[in-house]
Amino acid sequence: MEFIFLLEQAVNGLVLSGYYLLLALGLSLIFSVGGIVNLAHGAFYAIGAYLSLEVIQVTGFASSIFITPVLVGLLGILFERFLLRRFYNADPILSLLVTFGLAMVAEQALRMIWGAAPLPSNMPPEFKGNVMLGEFMFSKYRLFILGVVIVVLSGIWVLLNKTAFGRVVRAGVQRPDMVAVLGIRLQPYMTAIVVLGVATAALGGVLFGPIAIVHPAMGTEIMTVAFVVVVIGGLGSFWGVVLAALLVGVVRGITIHFQPAAGEASMYILMFIVLLLRPRGLLGERIERFE
Amino acid sequence: MDQHDHTPESTPEVSASRRQLLATGLALGGSMAVSMPLWAQSGPIKIGHLTPMTGFLGALGEYAAQGIKMAADEINASGGVLGRQLEVLTEDSVNPQVAATKAQRMIERDQVAFLMGEISSASALTISQVAARNKKLFMSIGARSDVLRGKDCNRYTFHVDIPVTVMVNAVGQALLRDNMVRGKRIFSLTADYLFGHDLSKVARKFWANNGGTLVGDELVPTDATDFSPYLVKIRQARPDLIASNLAGNQVTNFVKQYAEFGLPYPVVGFNLNTADAWAAGEGNLGGIWPTVWHHELQTPGSKAFVANFIKRFNRVPENHAWIEYVSLRMLAQAINATKSVDTDKIIAYFESEAEFDILKGRKAYFRSWDHQLMQEAYPFTVKPKGTYKEKWDFLKFGEAVPAPNQPLDLLATTKEENTCKM
Repeated sequence: MEFIFLLEQAVNGLVLSGYYLLLALGLSLIFSVGGIVNLAHGAFYAIGAYLSLEVIQVTGFASSIFITPVLVGLLGILFERFLLRRFYNADPILSLLVTFGLAMVAEQALRMIWGAAPLPSNMPPEFKGNVMLGEFMFSKYRLFILGVVIVVLSGIWVLLNKTAFGRVVRAGVQRPDMVAVLGIRLQPYMTAIVVLGVATAALGGVLFGPIAIVHPAMGTEIMTVAFVVVVIGGLGSFWGVVLAALLVGVVRGITIHFQPAAGEASMYILMFIVLLLRPRGLLGERIERFE
Repeated sequence: MDQHDHTPESTPEVSASRRQLLATGLALGGSMAVSMPLWAQSGPIKIGHLTPMTGFLGALGEYAAQGIKMAADEINASGGVLGRQLEVLTEDSVNPQVAATKAQRMIERDQVAFLMGEISSASALTISQVAARNKKLFMSIGARSDVLRGKDCNRYTFHVDIPVTVMVNAVGQALLRDNMVRGKRIFSLTADYLFGHDLSKVARKFWANNGGTLVGDELVPTDATDFSPYLVKIRQARPDLIASNLAGNQVTNFVKQYAEFGLPYPVVGFNLNTADAWAAGEGNLGGIWPTVWHHELQTPGSKAFVANFIKRFNRVPENHAWIEYVSLRMLAQAINATKSVDTDKIIAYFESEAEFDILKGRKAYFRSWDHQLMQEAYPFTVKPKGTYKEKWDFLKFGEAVPAPNQPLDLLATTKEENTCKM
């Protein structure tokens, strides 16, 4: 019985991994292509959650899943065009400071517009409740999230690996100078990657809003987890991030089974061990210009 | 002609020297304020106010800051106290260490006469230690841990909010009445910090004394937002009753996700602020909870306070807004009555068990030997779906406990239970 209980925690952790992934993947993409650690990534997640509350009022829940990420993606164009673009070739500390500042501005802006008090956010009633698969209990809504994540993930994988767009992006990650020599401007590709990154973060906000509370600091909260996942997975690796998200989810679940108070600390211990054994992360690639 | 010629290069120099001038002026002004203590006597009475504005209690802190601001403005508009204005310096207390540092700085640099505020029991504890060291009065307004008014009590700290013992007893009476304790298997979740540990201790005693069996009590970190692993554990344990010892927005996240998973066990809890209940959203909350005050209280004072608060801040006040509001008024009453801002005189006044109108049915007083405010509390439940109109409106508040014919300290710790030695 004890083993079944443990297994149930592990499976439950896997479901949560999908949600970590939505944030970590964009963060990793923007870093790999632009060399920028986007500390404002969580802000787009929070903006997504807040905007979706407004969009839901107008269009309903189902449409808000599509409309909100698009709106935040548009915001991402401005973000890339007027801020990030200036820092691709600059000292990394500058982009770190700018995005850190932007994260604080965004959090205070949310506080000004919607107030510090958490906002009630509900899922459609038909999503409430659980389904039993054998011995295991799943929340219907989280299974739905998992489905959405798998679709988004497959889409991004196809985009990066099976299209001309993806080839340029991957080449740009390894040798931006060679791409330039071939006469390809990386700038529009970078815009597209940032839009994709912040839109998936916003999607995370839309989907997780009804589970947790929507409050101004939610972006800061999730940033730490997203970072840990990216670092464990290794920079520049699609499957590294996926693997790391799964691992973080499972380890957290198992830790809470034995030692609930250490639940949130478990991922840092995991990161510590992984970095000791593999300083580039689990599947981190050697990217010359970052070495 | 040459004299009027401004080269572009010269402009930065000009502005730099202007900035220097401003800085020097500021520094001068600052040192003047310090070197002239005479001013302080007739100037405003400064009050250092610390409350969490960020983190898992941040939403409550915003109400707290608004409540005390409203009280200060009202008192100042009617002429202040002893002819002096009240100046409340509100800052984010962040965490226990920062709170202590800020309290010390407020005493030394800002020369505050009193310290007030706090919601986190852990931060209230460090501030009360700073207050005792500096011999300054600290009104601990929103912290509920028993140990603050028990083993860690001190002469300089007064406690306004209801302590965990009262919260457990207020809900406990209702549970016993509904036959939900004896012979039942209870599973509880506890906030992993001073307040939660304290609440869990008192709750355990209550279950044991009344024939309930605790089958699990899990500590939950205050930064946890996902409760699914705990819900999985709850289902594995199959209890008869779930009891929440959580705090701040933990409670909101828990009840929301409990509703999401749709587990069949009844939930009760010993701590839920109305703001956190509202944030849970309709249809998610159930069970019985205690509160120190609520906005539907039908006393003339409460009704006026609620109306004024809505007019000013455009939202319904939460219990932390109310408690900060009445706390500053209690302090003002003490200053007026003693005609003094002297710490010892104010302490003597509070310890005289003087009565205060706190906008409730019965007046309140500080118990002299543990500095705890004796006052009414209220259990609340949730209205059935479809019987309420607005989102503020789905909580159903019960009658005051203790009842009008019972002593006000009925639910509080007794002298035998409380280890407070001042």
